[in-house]
Amino acid sequence: MVPDAQVEPYTSYYGRPVVKAPPWKKEIATYLFLGGVAGGSALLALGAQLTDRPILRRNARLAAMLGSAVGSTALIADLGRPERFLHMLRTIKPTSPMSLGSWVLVTFSTCAGVAAVSEVDRWTGSRLPLGPLRCVLRAVEPWSGVGAGLFGAPLAGYTAVLLSDTAMPTWNAAREDLPFVFVSSASLASGGLAMITTPVDEALPARLLALAGVAGDVVAQKVMESRMDPVAAEPLHQGTPGVLLKWTERLLLVGGLGTLVGGGNRAVAAVSGVALLGASACTRFGVFYAGLNSARDPRYTIEPQRRRLEARRAAGQTGDSITTVG
Amino acid sequence: MSAEPKDGNPTSDAHYDHPHSRRGFFTDTSICIGCKACEVACKEWNRNPADGDYSILGSSYDNTGALGADTWRHVAFIEQDSQRIEQARESGRKLVSLGMPQVGAPASGSSVASGTGSAGGGCGSGGCGSASSSDSGPTPEFRWLMSSDVCKHCTNAGCLDVCPTGALFRTEYGTVVVQDDICNGCGTCVAGCPFGVIERREDGLVDTPASREMPDTVRKPQDGVAQKCTLCYDRLKDDETPACAKTCPTTSIKYGQREDLLATAQQRVAQLHEQGMTEARLYGANPNDGVGGTGSIFLLLDEPEVYGLPPDPRVPTADLAHTFKRAGVAMAGMALATAAAFVAGGRR
Repeated sequence: MVPDAQVEPYTSYYGRPVVKAPPWKKEIATYLFLGGVAGGSALLALGAQLTDRPILRRNARLAAMLGSAVGSTALIADLGRPERFLHMLRTIKPTSPMSLGSWVLVTFSTCAGVAAVSEVDRWTGSRLPLGPLRCVLRAVEPWSGVGAGLFGAPLAGYTAVLLSDTAMPTWNAAREDLPFVFVSSASLASGGLAMITTPVDEALPARLLALAGVAGDVVAQKVMESRMDPVAAEPLHQGTPGVLLKWTERLLLVGGLGTLVGGGNRAVAAVSGVALLGASACTRFGVFYAGLNSARDPRYTIEPQRRRLEARRAAGQTGDSITTVG
Repeated sequence: MSAEPKDGNPTSDAHYDHPHSRRGFFTDTSICIGCKACEVACKEWNRNPADGDYSILGSSYDNTGALGADTWRHVAFIEQDSQRIEQARESGRKLVSLGMPQVGAPASGSSVASGTGSAGGGCGSGGCGSASSSDSGPTPEFRWLMSSDVCKHCTNAGCLDVCPTGALFRTEYGTVVVQDDICNGCGTCVAGCPFGVIERREDGLVDTPASREMPDTVRKPQDGVAQKCTLCYDRLKDDETPACAKTCPTTSIKYGQREDLLATAQQRVAQLHEQGMTEARLYGANPNDGVGGTGSIFLLLDEPEVYGLPPDPRVPTADLAHTFKRAGVAMAGMALATAAAFVAGGRR
């Protein structure tokens, strides 16, 4: 008599992956980081615009423009056919976070670009060869700032939806809370950048935003992991992503404490800002590579799926299985 | 967005102005002999580049490895001893006792449902010559599982949903096809597929590692774009059978209208259970599963993961509306936090 079929932890086809990792390289992770910095900076610039903080406004607008410009370039460089990047704007597709995100990015970049050009022109004493366009630029400048500010949070957060809306086990399992991690990370990074670029007497809101971001990031990462399937969460702790996310914690501690205690001192604020930017970069790269890694080992696909399937079957819910006997 | 399965025919979602029948494959792995003619026919017809460097994978007679941008049919080989076979049978019996959706004859006791006039493509149930003539005798000492895997052409297709350019589209046959002149190679579909089928092509030329010179007519520069099985869209347009099904010598790969194939598949499972092969089960036949059922139905002889298939795939888009809501809350929180920071920071 054959012993009771002991279902092994999992079986696979010669250990080969079930799902395929997307062909995304470090450019995409860089964009995740820069898009967050740009989005948060545009929000800071809007706040500075409304509360009359000219240096913070100028620096944050430049950060928003540069972040979205370099980020967009990185995205295009990562395409399989970069010369077709405009195909992203062929259609608007609500089921595709990449499509909606492309439109968010284009709108944001346009607004941030206009506002930043106006800042540069003013900074250089109206020396840009703008001619009669100068008065047009000055007229649309405040509205561009508002536009960039409105699209700032969506730019910082949509990438979380984009990653979650995939079959990559770690990203998909994080879908409930990844948006909170990403907007927190964007907040503390843009706050940190403003703490580096802007004198302390104008940068108080940036420090407060950074502190809110640190608190949000710490809480959101903990909550996220507690709600993920334990196996799908494993890649967050292994290999390079594990190291990166460990560094996120350390840099958050350093940057957060520095901001809280010595944010009024320009040097301390700048060092804290660097730490916060580093923390955000570590979060983005860590989450990014954890998702890619989770695709490469079939265990992360099969075990959570098995578990949820068995749980549904145990609960008597048998009508939704892909495997049927007839 | 993942719509709830209506009639299981996704062509209505695609807004074609007149009704079409959904086409698909039924891959009956119980009569696959692992000849790989399907892989060859697919490569030749679609002029897909060679992939890999002809290395021996060392795990079985399968040196193709997996589906990919250049491999749209992949024959899996699994070697099993009697213990594994008995486990497979047991897991199949468990499916029956769980009361899984079942059409046709009950798993044991009564005779095979027959005479329903299967109009399936190629071969009706029972007429294909079962490779395993074993009735419910002792468990064999050894067996080979061979299965020709292919794109599932899902009812709710993850790749199609997440494609930002509209390069992926639903054809009038209910299949999912890439327009290679539109795709810009963003790679999102690769991550969106719960089955790991679609992939971005890195080398667009039909060339062997030996750098054999090929005439320009054979060169199809499609590097950098996503590629996968089209269910031979070009052949379907001409009322031809897809290359793999056409060439399959044992009719393990059947092509036809999906509803006919489903009937054939259900009869075949009932027949195999009748013969004591309780390990037989269908994969992709259920319109209520996580992808709304698949256009390509498989008859498997063990758990799906044994063949490298996901046991409980779910189209990621099914959760997208909820994720967008969560993200909306997060984004609003970020905007509010910024506003609060400026209020607390005061006006200068």
